[in-house]
Amino acid sequence: MIKKFDKKDEESGSGSNPFQHLEKSAVLQEARIFNETPINPRRCLHILTKIIYLLNQGEHFGTMEATEAFFAMTRLFQSNDQTLRRMCYLTIKEMANISEDVIIVTSSLTKDMTGKEDVYRGPAIRALCRITDTTMLQAIERYMKQAIVDKVPSVSSSALVSSLHMVKMSYDVVKRWVNEAQEAASSDNIMVQYHALGLLYHLRKNDRLAVSKMLNKFTKSGLKSPFAYCMLIRIASKLLEETEAGHDSPLFDFIESCLRNKHEMVVYEAASAIVHMPNCTARELAPAVSVLQLFCSSPKAALRYAAVRTLNKVAMKHPSAVTACNLDLENLITDSNRSIATLAITTLLKTGSESSVDRLMKQISSFVSEISDEFKVVVVQAISALCQKYPRKHSVMMNFLSNMLRDDGGFEYKRAIVDCIISIIEENPESKETGLAHLCEFIEDCEHTVLATKILHLLGKEGPRTPSPSKYIRFIFNRVVLESEAVRAAAVSALAKFGAQNDDLLPSVLVLMQRCMMDSDDEVRDRATFYMNVLQQKQKALNAAYIFNVRLCLSVSVPGLEKSLHQYTLEPTEKPFDMKSVPLANTPITEQKTEFAPVATSKLPEKPGPTRQDIYQEQLAAIPEFQGLGSLFKTSEAVQLTEAETEYVVRCVKHTFARHMVFQFDCTNTLNDQLLQKVMVQMEPSEAYEVLHYVPAANLPYSQPGSCYSLVRLPEDDPTAVSCTFSCTLKYLVKDCDPNTGEPDDDGYDDEYVLEDLEVTVADHIQKVLKPNFAAAWDEVGDDFEKEETFALASVRTLDEAVGNIISFLGMQPCERSDKVPENKNSHILFLAGVFRGGHDVLVRSRLALADGVTMQVTVRSSDETVVDIILASVG
Amino acid sequence: MDTVTLEPSLYTVKAVLILDNDGERLYAKYYDGTYPSVKEQKAFERNIFSKTHRTDSEIALLEGLTVVYKSNIDLFFYVIGSSHENELMLMAVLNCLFDSLSQMLRRNVERRALLENMEGLFLAVDEIVDGGVILESDPQQVVHRVALRGEDVPYSEQTVTQVLQSAKEQIKWSLLR
Repeated sequence: MIKKFDKKDEESGSGSNPFQHLEKSAVLQEARIFNETPINPRRCLHILTKIIYLLNQGEHFGTMEATEAFFAMTRLFQSNDQTLRRMCYLTIKEMANISEDVIIVTSSLTKDMTGKEDVYRGPAIRALCRITDTTMLQAIERYMKQAIVDKVPSVSSSALVSSLHMVKMSYDVVKRWVNEAQEAASSDNIMVQYHALGLLYHLRKNDRLAVSKMLNKFTKSGLKSPFAYCMLIRIASKLLEETEAGHDSPLFDFIESCLRNKHEMVVYEAASAIVHMPNCTARELAPAVSVLQLFCSSPKAALRYAAVRTLNKVAMKHPSAVTACNLDLENLITDSNRSIATLAITTLLKTGSESSVDRLMKQISSFVSEISDEFKVVVVQAISALCQKYPRKHSVMMNFLSNMLRDDGGFEYKRAIVDCIISIIEENPESKETGLAHLCEFIEDCEHTVLATKILHLLGKEGPRTPSPSKYIRFIFNRVVLESEAVRAAAVSALAKFGAQNDDLLPSVLVLMQRCMMDSDDEVRDRATFYMNVLQQKQKALNAAYIFNVRLCLSVSVPGLEKSLHQYTLEPTEKPFDMKSVPLANTPITEQKTEFAPVATSKLPEKPGPTRQDIYQEQLAAIPEFQGLGSLFKTSEAVQLTEAETEYVVRCVKHTFARHMVFQFDCTNTLNDQLLQKVMVQMEPSEAYEVLHYVPAANLPYSQPGSCYSLVRLPEDDPTAVSCTFSCTLKYLVKDCDPNTGEPDDDGYDDEYVLEDLEVTVADHIQKVLKPNFAAAWDEVGDDFEKEETFALASVRTLDEAVGNIISFLGMQPCERSDKVPENKNSHILFLAGVFRGGHDVLVRSRLALADGVTMQVTVRSSDETVVDIILASVG
Repeated sequence: MDTVTLEPSLYTVKAVLILDNDGERLYAKYYDGTYPSVKEQKAFERNIFSKTHRTDSEIALLEGLTVVYKSNIDLFFYVIGSSHENELMLMAVLNCLFDSLSQMLRRNVERRALLENMEGLFLAVDEIVDGGVILESDPQQVVHRVALRGEDVPYSEQTVTQVLQSAKEQIKWSLLR
C-alpha cells in the first residue's frame, strides 16, 4: 500500500492527499481554535474545510460532537472574511440534520440575507431555508417575498429555489408568494426565469386551468432561458397527455416550433417530447426525426447518444420513420462510445434489411464485452425481435447468443438471453438441437436457480423427442448431484419425462431415480418415488396422465378449484369430488410470443391473479336467476352487435355452462339527452334453443355501461345441435332528459333497436387446453371413439389460411406449435386439443395437403362418442 | 418506460461526483434517496469508475441512470441524472462545473491543485446545484459568486507560477494527444 503511494507521488510529482489520514477526533479537537480571539480566518477556514471533507467522505458524526462543533462554528460569524463566512453557510447546511438546535443561527442568517453584501445574501437565504420549519417560515415570509423579486439574480434564484424546496413542507405558506414568483418569471436573467417557472408550476400543477393559462402566457411571450423552454415543453406535453388533446392543439404547435430553437438542449427536448407522445403518426414524427438525424453527426458524444437513444425508441414503434437515418446510424456503429454504437446497431437491426444482419452482428460482437449490462439486454431484445422477423437467420443469432451466454453478466441479462434462445427454439425446429446444447452447457455453471429450473423443464419437454435423447441425461443428472433443492427437484421431473418416452433409456432412468430417492430433500425424494412408481407400471396412459400432461396443475383455474372444493365441503354428499366440475383456466399456459417491453429493466413475473373468467363467474353467481347452473365452463370474447359509432353500443359475451348458456349484453347509451330503462335484448333462436329468462338492466344513463342478460337452455334431446343463430332486438323504455343535469322527464315511451344477429358455434362449447405432449395425450384418450373423415376445402388457397380457419372455427388449442406451417411445404399436420362442455377431452388430428385447394383429413378422438359426432358434423 | 412522460420538475441532478484515478471519492454529493447509505454510494462509485475510467466517451447508462462524465489528468467528474432526463442539461451542469474549476484553479485541473482548493470546490458546487436543482450554468457567474479570495502568494509571484503551471499543462496535453 505504502509503496503504491510512493510510486504515485513520483509519477505526479506532487504530495499525496493532504486530507488522506484525517482523524475525526483530531479535527474536532482543532476546532477549538474557533473560540480564540482574534479569529484566524485562514486556519479556521482550513478546519471547516476538513470538517466538510470528512462529512463528504461519509464519516459519521455523533449528535454530541456535531452540536459542539456547530456551536463553536457560530462564533465565526464575528469574522468578516468572505470565504470563511461562505464556508460557515455550507457547514450549517451540512450539519442541519446532524446537529441539534441549529436554529440559533437564524438571526445571523437573516441579517446576512437582508444585508448589503450581495455575495452573502443568496447563500444565506439557502442556508436559512435549510434550517427553517413551517412555523419559523412565517417569521421570515416578508424577507422571502422581497428576495424573490430582488434585482440581484443570485438572490432571486436562491429565494425561488429555496421556496421550491419548502413547497413539500409548507405548501400553504409558499402558495402566498405566487405573485412574487410571477413577477420574477419576467426577469431578464435566464436562471431566475427558469426557477420562477418551476416554482409557479409546482404551486399550480393540480389546477389544470391555471397551468394551461400559464403555458399560454409563456408560449406567447417567449422566454430567454433554454432551461425554461425545456421545462415549458415538459409541462406542455404532460398537459397534452392529460387532456388527450389532438395533435392540432396549439400546445403541439408550440412543441413543434421548439424544434427550430437555437439551443440544442431545447431542440432535443422538443424532439424527445414528440417521440414519446402516444399515437403519433409518422408524419408528425418526421420533423422530430430529422433534427435527431442532424444530431447524429454532432461532435458532442452526449448529443449523439441522446439522438440515437431517442431514435431507438422511435424504431420500436415506427421503424419506417427511422429508415431515413440509416446512413447516419451506419456511421455511428464504429463510434468510440460503445453505448452509442450499441444503440445505433440495435436501431439498425430494427430498421435494416435481412442482408445487413450478418454484418451488424459481426460488428457488435467485436465489442459486446465492453458494454454495460443494460445495453446488453437491449442487444438481446433486438436479436429476439429480429429472430421473429427473419427466422432464417437463426444460426447466426444462436451462435452469437451462446457466446453472450458464456460471458459474465447479471441475472436480468442472462434471463433475457435464455428467454431469447427458448423462443428461437420454439419458432425454429431446426435450431432445437443447437439451442438445447447451448442451454445444457449454460446450466453446467449457472448460479440462478430460476433459470436452471426453467431450462430443465424445457429439456424435459423437448429432449426426449430429439434424435439422441441420451446425451441430455448426463447434463440433467449432473444437476441432481450438484445443485440446490429446487434445481434437483426440477431435474428429477425432467428425468422422468425421458424415462417415460424412451423405452431404451428407461432402465437407466430407473437406476438414477433410485438414487434420487435417497436425496436429503423431501420434495426431491417425493418426486423421485412418485415417478419411480409410475414408470415401473410401464403404461402409456399412466405416463401421459401423470408425467406429461399433468392436468391438475395445468388446466384448471386455481381460484375456481378453490371455490369448487369449498362448495363441496359445504354440501355433504356421498359422491366423490369431480375434477370435471372445476372450471378450466381459459388462458392455459399459452405459448406466448415474448413481447419485450422496450428496454425493460426489471419485470417481475406476473402474479397469477383471477382470470377474466373467474371475474365473470363471480358476477354471474351474484344474479339469483342464474343460481344452480353449475360452474362456468367457458366465456367467449366479446362480440360487437352494433356498429362502432351508433346511438347505442352493444357487445355480447357468451357464457357457456354444462346445460345452459348465458348471454351478457354490455350496453352503452351514447345519447346524452336520453335515459334508458328496463333495457333487455329479446332473442329469437333459429334452432331448438329455449330462452328461459331475461334479466333487464334497470337504468342505462348516458355513457355509463350497463349489462342485461338472457338465459338460454341448450337442447337436451339433440346434443348435436351446437350451432344456432339468434336474431336480437334491443327493447327499452326511453325517457328524455336534460343533457346538462341528467334530470329525466317523468314520461317515457317504449322503443326498440334492431341488433345484428348473434351466432353460437361449436367453438363456444369447447375450452382450449394445451397438451404439452400431444402424442401421449392421443394415446391416453385411446381409439374407442375415433372417427375419421376427409374434406375438401376448395376456397382455401394456402395451408396457413386453412390452419387459421380450422383453429378459429373449432376454438381448440393448437399443440406442439403445429399452428405454424413451415415454409414451402405441401402438407402439414395440425394437432388440436380441447375439452367439450361437460368435461370430455377432445383431440383432433388434421392432416392437410395442398393441391388446387386444400384437402383435409380429420381424425377426432374423445372420451365420449357424441362429442366426436358433433365435431365431425360441424366441420362438414 | 416508453409511455412515462417526465413529470415536469426542476429536480434534475441526482448526484455530482469527483473521483481520483484510483476511483477514490474526492467529492460526492447525492441529492435524492437513490443511494441512501454510504455503502451503496461507494458501491455505485466503484461500478461507475470501473465502467468509465478506461474510455473517454462522455456518457453512459448505468444502473438505470444517465451518467455524463469527463476526465482530466487524474480527475474524473461525473454528473448523474435519471435515464429520462435531458442528457444535454446534465452535460450543461458538468461543463459548468469543469469550466468553473478550471478558471478557479487557473487551468490546472488536477488532483493536487483541487485538494489544495477544496473550499473552492465546495462553494462552486454549492452555487451550481442546490438540492438537485440547477442553480447556475454559467461558469463566469459561478466563479464570480464563489469570489475566492486571492491566495496569500504575492501577485507578481503568482503570475509566474501561473505561467509555469499553464506551460506544464500545455506539455501534458500535447503528450496526451
